Amino acid sequence: MASLPPARPEFVRDAALAEEFGVVQQPLTPWDRIRNSAFARKTAILVVLAALWQAYAMHLGNPLVLPTFTATVHALIDRTVNGELLARAGTSLKVLLEGYAIGLVAAFGFTVLAMTTRLGNDLLETLTAMLNPLPAIALLPLALVWLGLGNPSIIFVLVHAVMWPIALNTHSGFQAVSNTLRMVGRNYGLRGPAYIMKILVPAAFPSILAGLKVGWAFAWRTLIAAELVFGTTSGSGGLGWFIYENKNLLDIPAVFAGLFTVIIIGLLVESLVFRTIERRTIRKWGMQN
Amino acid sequence: MSSSPVPLLSVSGVTLQYKTLQHRVTATYRVSFDILSADRFVLLGPSGCGKSTLLKAVGGYITPVEGEIRLKGQRVVKPGPDRVMVFQEFDQLLPWKTVRQNVVFALEASGRLRGKAADERAMAYIEKVNLARFADALPHTLSGGMKQRVAIARGMAMESDILLMDEPFAALDALTRRKMQDELLQLWEDTRFTVLFVTHSIPEAVRIGNRILLLSPHPGQVKAELNSDGTDPVDMRSGQRLSDRIHGMLFDDSEAVAGAVHG
Repeated sequence: MASLPPARPEFVRDAALAEEFGVVQQPLTPWDRIRNSAFARKTAILVVLAALWQAYAMHLGNPLVLPTFTATVHALIDRTVNGELLARAGTSLKVLLEGYAIGLVAAFGFTVLAMTTRLGNDLLETLTAMLNPLPAIALLPLALVWLGLGNPSIIFVLVHAVMWPIALNTHSGFQAVSNTLRMVGRNYGLRGPAYIMKILVPAAFPSILAGLKVGWAFAWRTLIAAELVFGTTSGSGGLGWFIYENKNLLDIPAVFAGLFTVIIIGLLVESLVFRTIERRTIRKWGMQN
Repeated sequence: MSSSPVPLLSVSGVTLQYKTLQHRVTATYRVSFDILSADRFVLLGPSGCGKSTLLKAVGGYITPVEGEIRLKGQRVVKPGPDRVMVFQEFDQLLPWKTVRQNVVFALEASGRLRGKAADERAMAYIEKVNLARFADALPHTLSGGMKQRVAIARGMAMESDILLMDEPFAALDALTRRKMQDELLQLWEDTRFTVLFVTHSIPEAVRIGNRILLLSPHPGQVKAELNSDGTDPVDMRSGQRLSDRIHGMLFDDSEAVAGAVHG
């Protein structure tokens, strides 16, 4: 059997004064701060990739297969300065925004229907299960038969690409809203549209925003692919068509410049639009860290 | 006995049931009680006595299968701003609104007040719970106790007929809980609101309530209705403290005594 611990005297102490601590806070060195910046680290990765590309392309010496990084940048600057790339990107973005907006509204309508009736819920679940895995571009041949060559076909495909991921995310976001918040909303007499807009939408905003992002990425990919397949409408095509045209002309640096533009627009929208929304909403509200 | 006064809230013969995937469960069986204006009425009982379900029924979220609930003579059929709930969960505040906006939201959504009037009323109650300095803070920057104070301010700002509190201090640490109980009593001294308070803590019931309804579990049935003056007095006849008497009544027919009491 263990014996009892020995008796020890009690004591009470005052906290140490601030002067006795010495350093409590010390600024980081500039080098530490650079290494802590995600932007700096990612820039470094890009620089290394560009250098590898340049070295391999120069070693290969065949601009028809792989132009050098500098030649691509050159083509990018030339085509931007003469306005061609901007016009093409503008054409693409206009169609894209149209499709995105229609898809967004349709998704929201579907989700509200699913929240208000059980049949609507079953409808949404069945449709998303069936149609979400279907690549939107696979519908393009059908769209061409139904709507003819032209923007309506592309928009049809875009709406399909945007609607299901947004509806799926919004719906699961609505369903995840805590019971307490729902009861609070109803306690203060909110019903119908006011309840959805004032309680469900903001409470589900992290999921909705995730859906908007996925929808945006799907739309962008689908658009470029659709333009590659049948490209131009009324003379001036978008970025996909630009890539296709320049491949036919064997202007490979311009092909790369087109791809670059697709990437740059994607990055800009992600970092300017979605990050800003994220910072001003769900991060500020403490719903995401 | 004088003639009985008109109750503010009357619960008569209320049986509540809820369905799980496999079963239909009876949460309370023919529970009756009356709450008078300015009562601090406590529903006390162990887990499974249906006290929270009962509170939700008074809130209008659950319809009784038998009996009825009347507020000022009007039958309760749905949730409404005349019965404001304060929940246990910290996420009852809207995280996208500041402290002040949360209170204003309640006033405006329910149509009580608009614009400047709503803002002034909101600030008055935020000051009452000593959070004026945090009026423009977002909920996620506040501690648990502060969040509950905001919820109480929001409920009180509505100046509704009755405040329904569902174990509002249960998720707080013991020191904060004690402090919040004192603050609630102080607020009651100031404005004499009517509150229906649910708890599973005997010391809390004895401190907060002026009238305590004891419920026995599975299903919840009324066991006793006792008076309390907040001091946990010794009863002349039995020689027991009120809290010991309650403890005896709640646990005489069950073995689960340990761990059920905390203050």
